[in-house]
Amino acid sequence: MTILFYIFAAIAIFGGIGVVVYKNPVTSAFSMVFSFLGLAALFIQLDAYLVGTLQILVYAGAIMVLFLFIIMLLDVPQEEKRSFPLTAGVGALAVGLGLIVALMIVLKKSGVGEGTLPKLEAASGKGLTDIHKIGELLFSTYWFPIQIVGLLLLVATIGVVVLSRKELR
Amino acid sequence: MAYTVKRPKLAWWEKLYLPGLAKGLRITLGHFVKTLSRKKKVTMQYPEEKWDSSLPEHYRGAPALVTDEQDRERCVACQLCEFICPPRAITINPEEIPSDDKWAKVEKRPKKFEIDMIRCIYCGMCEEVCPEQAIFLRKDYAITGTSRAEMVHDKEKLYEIGGVREGLVNKWNDLK
Amino acid sequence: MDLDILAVSTLHITIAAAIKVVAFVFLTILPLVALSVWAERRVSAAMQDRVGPNRVGPLGLLQPVADGIKFLLKEDFTPKHVRKGFFWLAPALTMVPSLLTCAVIPFGSSLFGEKMVIADLDVGPLFVFAIASLTVYGIVLAGWASNSKYPFLGGVRSTSQMISYEISLGLSIVPLIMIYGELNLGRIVQDQAVNGWAMLPLWGEGLGKNLLLWIPVTISFVIFTTSMFAETNRLPFDLPECETELVAGYHTEYSSMKFALFFLGEYAAMIIGSGLAVTLFFGGWSLPFGWLAPETGAAAADIPWWHGAIHILTFFAKVIVFILFFIAVRWTLPRFRYDQLMDLGWKVFFELAIINVILTAIILWVIK
Repeated sequence: MTILFYIFAAIAIFGGIGVVVYKNPVTSAFSMVFSFLGLAALFIQLDAYLVGTLQILVYAGAIMVLFLFIIMLLDVPQEEKRSFPLTAGVGALAVGLGLIVALMIVLKKSGVGEGTLPKLEAASGKGLTDIHKIGELLFSTYWFPIQIVGLLLLVATIGVVVLSRKELR
Repeated sequence: MAYTVKRPKLAWWEKLYLPGLAKGLRITLGHFVKTLSRKKKVTMQYPEEKWDSSLPEHYRGAPALVTDEQDRERCVACQLCEFICPPRAITINPEEIPSDDKWAKVEKRPKKFEIDMIRCIYCGMCEEVCPEQAIFLRKDYAITGTSRAEMVHDKEKLYEIGGVREGLVNKWNDLK
Repeated sequence: MDLDILAVSTLHITIAAAIKVVAFVFLTILPLVALSVWAERRVSAAMQDRVGPNRVGPLGLLQPVADGIKFLLKEDFTPKHVRKGFFWLAPALTMVPSLLTCAVIPFGSSLFGEKMVIADLDVGPLFVFAIASLTVYGIVLAGWASNSKYPFLGGVRSTSQMISYEISLGLSIVPLIMIYGELNLGRIVQDQAVNGWAMLPLWGEGLGKNLLLWIPVTISFVIFTTSMFAETNRLPFDLPECETELVAGYHTEYSSMKFALFFLGEYAAMIIGSGLAVTLFFGGWSLPFGWLAPETGAAAADIPWWHGAIHILTFFAKVIVFILFFIAVRWTLPRFRYDQLMDLGWKVFFELAIINVILTAIILWVIK
């Protein structure tokens, strides 16, 4: 099973690299989809079926499709010709490396990587699967934040409707 | 002139679309059942069943040359059919009938008579224009071949298809 | 010692899974795809008072084989103006997700103590929707990579259509999930086997006050089936490839085996859609009136093998009936106009699905 982990981790990482490296925006977007798929597979390996499935359903299946859709309407050859400033590259590399170092320090200090954690089903105590557990948490402990997030999304939707109306200038 | 098309006003249950779907399905499934139960004869199973017996008298199939009851080839190589043929499918090379022949007075006969069946459009103009009643459209319709050369009907082939045709006007008889 | 047992059991699981994959996906679904192509042609012919392909083999049953050979031997032409990488990737991307979704559909109760489902996930329907939502990439990329106008328009249409109907498709099964309190397709089917199918609650606990739930389930079924038609790009919603407007839509530039993959992907999606509809609404592998239904919570080994075999046959019989329904509808209805399609998706089904969820909640609250 560790082999599968390495395969999917490689897919996720190379997908991520592809997003940055490829100049063709469609290829970039597509690399991102692959990265998401690898990530979803890793979630599923951790017994987090719901998170993995939602990762595919929401990000790979819906949001990236819209992204791809918009990118296709762009002028791709022009995008491909755009030069890549060196300073930006160096900056991005520095930020990325900094992030990795920070993550490593945090993980080292928290001691997450030491020893194996119990399986998710066992961890919940009642032998519940992750989907029941998430449902329970969402509608008990976190019901207020959920309402707030829902309202936020509603506001955003109404805003889009108002902005896209033609007669309003 | 532009005008507004009156859309029919639909009742609420018609707007549901489902009654329409049911009605449509009833029609198609009705046909489906009727065809499956063989109540309705639909298509002829062509290579096994043929329509030869029910071909009408005026059917225009492959053109062919005929001989008459005196075994004379009726074509006199006047080349009218060659000239009228719209797709130029007919090629005729005439030759003189030697003087010792029984039909020497006809003077001309085709040395080469070829109909390219790839070109032929079965219009029947050759039959119509022929002053000698020598070329007829027969009921053969399945003309096939594996090469272009095979699809050209030469003189022997044309007579083979045409055969003997009796009861035609005999204008080269000795009586006349 | 402990490790040894673990290794043996993983090997056993792997082998069982591999057998199930081969037997279900490659030996059942793919031939079923071929068979449904044949059925489509014969049924449509009969509906139009024709005969249909009846030359190759008995009743023309070998026609799909002949078609397959034709597809393989045809020239695989790649036009010069296409974006090659994506052009090659696109057909595979339509076919693979369709087959991947087979993994969670329970196609039988159990056989020789082995559960007849490839992956017994606790998020079955969500998994199907997630993977099915990836199908759109194949079509979008095909349209875009072809680099010509008709495929592109087809791809654009398909994307917006599939995204729109994914929402009503997902929302339409929420009432069912509420009723069963379960996202595991196997357990949903088990419940239906004992307590009445969702669309036919005439035995077990289904009879009685639970009969009220039949109303939201029927609404769900209508929305689900219609959205399934739209998701699989079949008539009356085949706007991405409508011949009269877009030549052939997103697969205009494709030929040979690449086209065949699109074609097979469409039919595979149709079969999986039928399988899901049967599983959710018509009791999956279970026989009506609780005949041969295994006890709830019975171990897989307790079910006799011939029960399992009958269950598998029942499942496929139901799927075939559903496929025939798909075909019948295709040859009955004319194509929708594009704005009508969008109106139906956003202005009718979306609201109806949400109202349906609330209705189900009320009914559940009343009868509890």
